[in-house]
Amino acid sequence: MSADLLALSGAEAGALVRAGELSATELFEFWRERAAGDELGSYLWVADGPEGDPPAGSALGGVPVAVKDLFCVEGVPSAAASRILEGYRPPYSATAVTRLREAGAPVLGKTNQDEFAMGSSTENSGFGPVRNPWDPERVPGGSSGGSAAAVAAGTAPWAIGTDTGGSIRQPAALCGVVGLKPTYGAVSRHGMIAFASSLDQCGPLTRNVADAALLTAALVGRDPCDSTSLEHPEGVTLPTAERLEGVRVGIWGFEEEGLDPGVAEQCRRAVALAEELGATVEEIELPHAPHAISAYYVIAPAEASANLARYDGVRYGRRTESDDLLEMYERTRHDYFGEEVRRRIMIGTYALSSGYYEAYYGTAQKVRTRIVEDFRSAFERVDLVITPTSPTVAFKLGERVADPLSMYLSDFYTTPASLAGIPAISIPCGLSEGLPVGLQLIGPAFSESRVLDAAHALERAIGFEGVPRP
Amino acid sequence: MVEELPKILGHIETMETLDLEGVEPTSHVVQLENVLREDVPRPSLPVEKALEQAPDPQPGGFGVPSPGRS
Repeated sequence: MSADLLALSGAEAGALVRAGELSATELFEFWRERAAGDELGSYLWVADGPEGDPPAGSALGGVPVAVKDLFCVEGVPSAAASRILEGYRPPYSATAVTRLREAGAPVLGKTNQDEFAMGSSTENSGFGPVRNPWDPERVPGGSSGGSAAAVAAGTAPWAIGTDTGGSIRQPAALCGVVGLKPTYGAVSRHGMIAFASSLDQCGPLTRNVADAALLTAALVGRDPCDSTSLEHPEGVTLPTAERLEGVRVGIWGFEEEGLDPGVAEQCRRAVALAEELGATVEEIELPHAPHAISAYYVIAPAEASANLARYDGVRYGRRTESDDLLEMYERTRHDYFGEEVRRRIMIGTYALSSGYYEAYYGTAQKVRTRIVEDFRSAFERVDLVITPTSPTVAFKLGERVADPLSMYLSDFYTTPASLAGIPAISIPCGLSEGLPVGLQLIGPAFSESRVLDAAHALERAIGFEGVPRP
Repeated sequence: MVEELPKILGHIETMETLDLEGVEPTSHVVQLENVLREDVPRPSLPVEKALEQAPDPQPGGFGVPSPGRS
């Protein structure tokens, strides 16, 4: 039975539980053992047991979900993989977690990530890196690297993560799984440990597009605890499309200098499949998108520098003792923040400082406007924009640590949709050098159902096989 | 870090080549104004629970070292 359970998608397992052919307790125990046996560093905490039977007939059918560490779960260690929050057990749970539980998905474990979601490789975790299940010498991407690796390696049936500048889509691409960043505001941020509040968004990492749709449908909706959340105007429906007739696709970024030829080849092959399925394809321009990285690496650190002011050794988290208050603050933050977090706080405070504010933060906000306008013009001509998700396949551990700028450039294709607040999905589209390649599909605000439908049709045509299992 | 930061800022400064004359800044993509709710009291976190995770919980508050020395 065990091998059979591993082969089931989340939706399939949930359907068996609802039909009474599989016990939710047995299913949970199967996945708990898989998670506890993880050898990639994907998990920071694994649940002891299920949280009781799932609600009868629930949409997610008792299939447990792996949750990125930065989601607060009441009574469960939730540190955003930062030493400064080591041992913190929140007094409440994130709305996303509560919604999944109510829909029948109990928490399986907390997954490793870059500290406070700052990174593209999960090497910035305060608790050690995550390894890529396709090649343990390589990174899984980041910041939701633990969630991506767990789904790819079969130590979780499905997972949630967060995406600020690509932190769901890029690790999904590098691990060969599906990752969706919903429209900004579609999912409540309440109880997500904040990085950059105008960009952070929760979404699923799954084996296939149907599972991503199922989790997204459970996650979306207005939450009184997050005043930036909205009722999804169209709702999220399960994908059924097998053809792409009438779908106008715009492709962008296939001629970029930094794009790996092997990645470009796989993505072009997928675009050709889209045409075979009936889509019309044209190249489009997003003139300001190449500047998204620059704008993002001002805006996100600026917001982070304000959000992270709360870690001062007073109300929660760690403290370095001193008999002087100011010295206590300084030593606590020096001792427990990792290097990348300190780097971003410095960039952020510099960009916001008097005399530099207009040159950096003001300019970045105007570039953001231009990027929003670029997409608006594009969506007057096409229904979807397709790009590679990551310019390269998974890189080796340590390869980019010494050069933060090269790490930031991993986010070249993902930051434009983040700044525009629009939905984007990464699906696996093939292998290059034996490693997975991700294809990104971007749609207008609240077009999740259409994006998922197109991704579903393409997924069937691509026929990607998951990570080879012994 | 002394060497890295100028390199990062150098990349960021390529934005200056763009013509952004008259462009309005975007701080937030969702057009929301004055999201209000009814002013109805609701239960909040009990004091003991709010203090539970503090490094130095004191009765009814957070303990800190003296602010007076520096």
